[in-house]
Amino acid sequence: MISIPWTARIALRALKVNKMRSALTMLGIIIGVGAVIAMLAVGTGASRQIAEQMATMGSNLLIILPGSQTSGGVRTGFGGQTTLTLGDAEAIQRECQAVQDVAPIHNGTAQVVYGNLNWSTGVMGTTGGMNDVRDWPVGAGRPITDEDVRSATKVALLGQTVVDNLFGGIDPLDQIVRIKKIPFKVVGVMAVKGQSVMGQDQDDAVFVPVTTAQKKLFGTSFPGMIRQIMVKAKSARDLDPAEKQVTELLRQRHHIGAKKDDDFSVRNLTQMMQAAEQQTQIMTLLLGAIASVSLLVGGIGIMNIMLVSVTERTREIGIRMAIGAKTWDIRLQFIMEAIILSLIGGTVGLIAGVTGSQILSVVAGWRTIVSPFSALLAFAFSGIVGIFFGFYPAYKASLLNPIDALRYE
Amino acid sequence: MKLIEARGISKIYPLGEIELKALDSVSVTIEEGEFLAIMGPSGSGKSTFMNIVGCLDIPTAGQYLLEGVDAGKLGRDELAHIRNRKLGFVFQGFNLLPRTSALENVELPMLYNGVAVKERRQKAYSALKTVGLEGRENHHPNQLSGGQQQRVAIARAIVNRAPIILADEPTGNLDTHTSREIMELFQKLNGEAGITVLLVTHEPDIAAYSRRVIRFLDGRLVSDEKMQ
Repeated sequence: MISIPWTARIALRALKVNKMRSALTMLGIIIGVGAVIAMLAVGTGASRQIAEQMATMGSNLLIILPGSQTSGGVRTGFGGQTTLTLGDAEAIQRECQAVQDVAPIHNGTAQVVYGNLNWSTGVMGTTGGMNDVRDWPVGAGRPITDEDVRSATKVALLGQTVVDNLFGGIDPLDQIVRIKKIPFKVVGVMAVKGQSVMGQDQDDAVFVPVTTAQKKLFGTSFPGMIRQIMVKAKSARDLDPAEKQVTELLRQRHHIGAKKDDDFSVRNLTQMMQAAEQQTQIMTLLLGAIASVSLLVGGIGIMNIMLVSVTERTREIGIRMAIGAKTWDIRLQFIMEAIILSLIGGTVGLIAGVTGSQILSVVAGWRTIVSPFSALLAFAFSGIVGIFFGFYPAYKASLLNPIDALRYE
Repeated sequence: MKLIEARGISKIYPLGEIELKALDSVSVTIEEGEFLAIMGPSGSGKSTFMNIVGCLDIPTAGQYLLEGVDAGKLGRDELAHIRNRKLGFVFQGFNLLPRTSALENVELPMLYNGVAVKERRQKAYSALKTVGLEGRENHHPNQLSGGQQQRVAIARAIVNRAPIILADEPTGNLDTHTSREIMELFQKLNGEAGITVLLVTHEPDIAAYSRRVIRFLDGRLVSDEKMQ
């Protein structure tokens, strides 16, 4: 039997004879492989982004929101009922073993003024526990202390975006800003956090002691009311116990009977994130599947051209058979041509896909990641396409009758 | 020694209701070293006979023995192996691969039996030398005259040291002068190398180069005579 390198040489020569045709046939594979790689890159980029945002949210996070309220048959959404208090937050911290840290939150939007500049931003009343819960350290200055919370001091920590918009080049520490016309002393600047999962700029925020927010800025419908509580579990394994402990404790504190619904809701953010990541993965798969259709079409193009080639070269096949080429010699020759077409197409397609995804990330601003796995996959897939679509024409060629083939005009 | 032996071989093509007998119980024996011409009008069965002798086709009935082996019992690939080792084909239309140098055309049969590159090249060179084409190794078929192309084909037929050359109207496309040169080459190969040559022709002066002539008519062998 003829050796593989020689088969490859013969195949390469045959492809060189019809350069234009070979190039056009490859184009189908190039587009197919390129599309698969670019689409997978977009998908992988999106899910990586979500994963990273998950990390910025703070890990092992539970969020407790007030429940909905039914009055006269009308149900409000979550938060419609204002049932959470600062006392709840303190109790969780004190009594739930699976909980590492708690951050009560009472927030609103307010105009922040410094000198002749002003900026509307979210103002978040919280405690020092927030830094730990959100994995968000103070960049400069000091955090909110328990003393601040106890005596409702008028101090503020600024997010970087707020600093940029109000202070320009000035060091904001120890400056006085006015929030809702009340002067606050800037005691710290938060480290840069970046975008949230929803694309929000998390650095566009001001932090004040929760008690200050309650008493001086946003008011409360009853003493001690807060809008939500963020809870950090001790570890990923403690998330479920923490959720259970918190629920139990709050039901007790809120005097909810055994058959009644909770008047609050506990949300497991990690789970939500995982769901979001799963969705992205499904989207990646879908994009890949759609792109593979073009690879399939490219494969059919190869098959088409190989069939034409077999017909054109019937006489050559006859000559080769007459001088001793066996069934598999002929078969391999044509399969090899198809494989070479698709592998060259695959290589160029790989380059096109990588370039394409880079262009996408520059032009559309999407994050794209070409994983070695997807490149390998697309490449292997193109080889398989070559073998699969090359086989039938090769099979047809190998079964020609040598006498008829020799006489073919 | 009996090299080729046909025992009552027939080739029948079914054509709807009727059957076409391309060959009708032909028996003939060819010894090693013979130079045999096969003659007959078109459709007389001489090409069918050549195809069977060349292991390109198998008879419908009867036995065809090549070196004592019944070719009718062999599979596709085994026949291909025999064609590669025992037979060299020379066609009227040369049947060289286009866009391929003379040297590579001659190397072709050796590609299919695993001869190493170096040996292949060296054998191809010497075969081309034998047919008088030294210095034209790298010419492509379209750069060669008809006679030269036929010489390349002959070199390809002898390069594997096949004991038999089957030539189907090898001079059909050539002028008289070139035909004579080609026939002298066959004579030389037959005389010096002892290669058995079977030649299909319908020109008596080409048949005159051979030492035995068999004639076909309507699928039957009608005469078998020794020449001077």
